[in-house]
Amino acid sequence: MSTTLYDKIWNDHLVDQQEDGTALLFVDRHLIHEVTSPQAFEGLRNSNRKVRHPNLTLAVADHNVPTTDRTKGISDEESKIQVDTLESNCKEFGVQLFGMDDKRQGIVHIIGPEQGFTQPGTVIVCGDSHTATHGAFGSLAFGIGTSEVEHVLATQTLVQKKAKNFRINVNGTLPLGVTSKDVILQIIGKIGTAGGTGCVVEYAGDLIRSLSVEQRMTICNMTIEGGARAGLIAPDEKIFEYLKGKPMSPKGENWEKALEYWKSLKTDADASFDKEINLNANEILPMITWGTSPQDVITIDGKVPNPQNEKDDDKKNSIERALKYMGLTPDMAATDIKIDKVFIGSCTNGRIEDLREAAKILKDKKISSHVDAIVVPGSGLVKEQAEQEGLDKIFVNSGFEWREPGCSMCLAMNADKLKPEERCASTSNRNFEGRQGRGGRTHLVSPGMAAAAAISGNLDDVRKYQN
Amino acid sequence: MQKFNTLKSIPAYLPIVNIDTDMIIPKQFLKTIKRTGLGKNLFFEMRYDDNGKEINDFVLNQEPFNSSKILIAGNNFGCGSSREHAPWALLDFGITCVISSSYADIFYSNCFKNGILPIILEEEKIKELSEYANRKEEISVDLNDQKIIYGNNEIKFEIDPFKKKCLLEGLDDIALSLKKSDKIQYFENQLKNKRPWIFND
Repeated sequence: MSTTLYDKIWNDHLVDQQEDGTALLFVDRHLIHEVTSPQAFEGLRNSNRKVRHPNLTLAVADHNVPTTDRTKGISDEESKIQVDTLESNCKEFGVQLFGMDDKRQGIVHIIGPEQGFTQPGTVIVCGDSHTATHGAFGSLAFGIGTSEVEHVLATQTLVQKKAKNFRINVNGTLPLGVTSKDVILQIIGKIGTAGGTGCVVEYAGDLIRSLSVEQRMTICNMTIEGGARAGLIAPDEKIFEYLKGKPMSPKGENWEKALEYWKSLKTDADASFDKEINLNANEILPMITWGTSPQDVITIDGKVPNPQNEKDDDKKNSIERALKYMGLTPDMAATDIKIDKVFIGSCTNGRIEDLREAAKILKDKKISSHVDAIVVPGSGLVKEQAEQEGLDKIFVNSGFEWREPGCSMCLAMNADKLKPEERCASTSNRNFEGRQGRGGRTHLVSPGMAAAAAISGNLDDVRKYQN
Repeated sequence: MQKFNTLKSIPAYLPIVNIDTDMIIPKQFLKTIKRTGLGKNLFFEMRYDDNGKEINDFVLNQEPFNSSKILIAGNNFGCGSSREHAPWALLDFGITCVISSSYADIFYSNCFKNGILPIILEEEKIKELSEYANRKEEISVDLNDQKIIYGNNEIKFEIDPFKKKCLLEGLDDIALSLKKSDKIQYFENQLKNKRPWIFND
């Protein structure tokens, strides 16, 4: 029978098909961080259980770590307790940890690929919804809750119900200044935040194949914002090339065996999907979000919606509520939205190519005098690479602050946050109420668009600054 | 895990769609290393003003809804992050049943790990039930019979049989899976032959 890539990975990880329709699925790679793991380790301790495969588990502190000078440690007492707890749990249970002073430290979804821990055809889980990022490598990667983290630690398996197959085809080529961030925002705008619920999404089409490995990660990363737990892309030469020689990639004879298996990982030509949509890349423009849900997207040359044009009462109320929170008026032009802050970073757009894209726009320019802007590299290695290329100098000369790696203002668990009513152009993934700080207003954009907004002082069209 | 069998309560109605996990429990409360104590910060941004005072308009600040065990809400409830702090906060507040027309996948599955029953009903049934919240009348939930009883009416709801069993008996997933250790071991042995690079051996 013809099968999809998701079906194949599922079948290859089936430990037990249970009578009730659920399955016990083997987990090849488990990433953990400080926020969603302490209660899981506590659970293990209370029931006298061990970590079944410490060597298939990798830990890093990212959500709570400061992005400014780290030599003095973490000043916030609660954050410090969480990071210290992760450290002592890893020691007790024999799990490898990239500590705060390790240059491999960074956002969990950036370090996995960087180290070659993320591999095609694997099942990867983490107590974080953006685990979908790793699907760019052709793995089945999804976020889990803390009880499930405990389950994976204890059994190296997870109880799952098979999801539906949903294929999103993107064909054509992207216009100048349009990036994979705009593609995924466009997709979420089209399907809505619940459009992928109960599905695993496979991204396909010639545009997807033409994207770099890092650009693919941006797309898979935000799959969860469309309601699907996992998004994946069939692995190809670009993926194999990326993984070759990474510290945790297979070596020698194992590399050859792995490569042979990885090459078999694709959807059969005549496999059927429960759901399928098509997008034309040529028609995608630079996008922004105007509201408080990632589905609230418009193009940069567009206007903020007017609730009066909406017939459905629930939708009308939801637009009104979002406009009020965001402090916007109906029908105003996107480019009239003045900003206070810019954040470049996160597991969505904190990789080296993202920083290059923003730096290209910022080179020899100054940011607007009323804008505060920060760049938070996704990992210590991204930071190091950027500094070797002189990107840090471009950012600093233009008026950006150059920070230490972590999740930072994507979810504002550390000291980096918006004040009430402050407005931010952000390369992160969620514009929920209060996400970047209580009362803070978030507009999701690509790194190039964030740089353009920083220069102009308002949301602006990155194409204006393209050479 | 606490067993779930039957439940009787005046429901609280929160007619907002896409209630995300940041709204249920904002990130500043994720810095805990415990499962308990989150109830006082449930729906923090909507529940308290800038000075930390309760906002009277918010439903869970009002009698009798401040002791509701059932929450009725708009569609796509629990979207956003995977944080299990969201169901922990609901549970700590005393809510053990949520009724909505749809849920985000991770939140939905997290509920069952914590003894919370998330019921899915059609929009029109939800409107009907919300009248009971407005009138401050009790409704009952019977998991075994998969029905909600309100006034002289009943609505049946669907639930996965395995999830139902776990809730009714308060079963621990891990203990159940560990009973299959032989199968896990067998799978791992096969894996070492078929895909040896997985174990980094």
